[in-house]
Amino acid sequence: MREHEHDHDHPHDPITTEGEAPAAARARALEELLVEKGVVQREDVRARVDRLVSRSPADGARLVARAWVDPEFKSRLLADARAAAHELDLDAGPSPVVVAVENTESVHHMVVCTLCSCYPRALLGPPPAWYKSLPYRSRAVSDPHGVLAEFGVELDDDVELRVLDSTADVRYLVLPRRPDGSEGLSEEELAALVTRDSMIGVAQPVVPAPA
Amino acid sequence: MTFRAGDRVRVAARSHEGHHRTPGYVKGKSGWVERVHGSFRNPETRAYGTDGLPEQALYQVCFAQDELWPEARPHAADRTCVDIFEHWLEAE
Repeated sequence: MREHEHDHDHPHDPITTEGEAPAAARARALEELLVEKGVVQREDVRARVDRLVSRSPADGARLVARAWVDPEFKSRLLADARAAAHELDLDAGPSPVVVAVENTESVHHMVVCTLCSCYPRALLGPPPAWYKSLPYRSRAVSDPHGVLAEFGVELDDDVELRVLDSTADVRYLVLPRRPDGSEGLSEEELAALVTRDSMIGVAQPVVPAPA
Repeated sequence: MTFRAGDRVRVAARSHEGHHRTPGYVKGKSGWVERVHGSFRNPETRAYGTDGLPEQALYQVCFAQDELWPEARPHAADRTCVDIFEHWLEAE
């Protein structure tokens, strides 16, 4: 890397990018600057990263399973996902706003962020790599049935497909359909059926066939 | 909030220098307001170090798939819904 001119008024160690991806080097340089200028504290950055990566699809799955066994909870979840999550000691945070949408016999939702990688991280953890990929982000809106087919989902002709593009301050959580054959299962067993992809709307939970 | 659920709207076809959250594939397209999300800081100014105030109304706007991708011959009932700030919407 070319040595940069020192005509600005702060000292720092030489900036090198040896063995570091350009995006990582840029993020590190930004963090160094923001910490040095007192805009953020290093501990706050670490705490925030820790909090985000500590969330997982198991959190969202608890919400879905509760909604499957408790219709009143489901109504509250669809009306105000943040408040409903709070009932299960899950913190969806004040922003962005989380909106839950229900897949039914006649309507199927799937979620994308065509502009970047907006995702309900507070309830599902970090998004999968494919969710952030250009092919998914473009084809989810232009060829949603084709994308669903690649995920193994084929919708009946009378099902209305709704693709939700989370372009602003709202994150969407899909409440998938409760699978056939799950009638006798406990809430905990149901939660184990709820996959990350089913809460993005590119998969449907299934009850595994008996071994 | 200028618009209510059910109102027909068209997304402005203008280009915009700099950060904005209106995807190109809905610019100039007609749809309807499905849901009023509330008011949020304006990402177009917030991205450049300001507070993003005044807040702008944000709507979930739905478009029939064949309005967006007619050449793809999509299923008639399918739709794509995009969250759009009020200053990008025109009454239709």
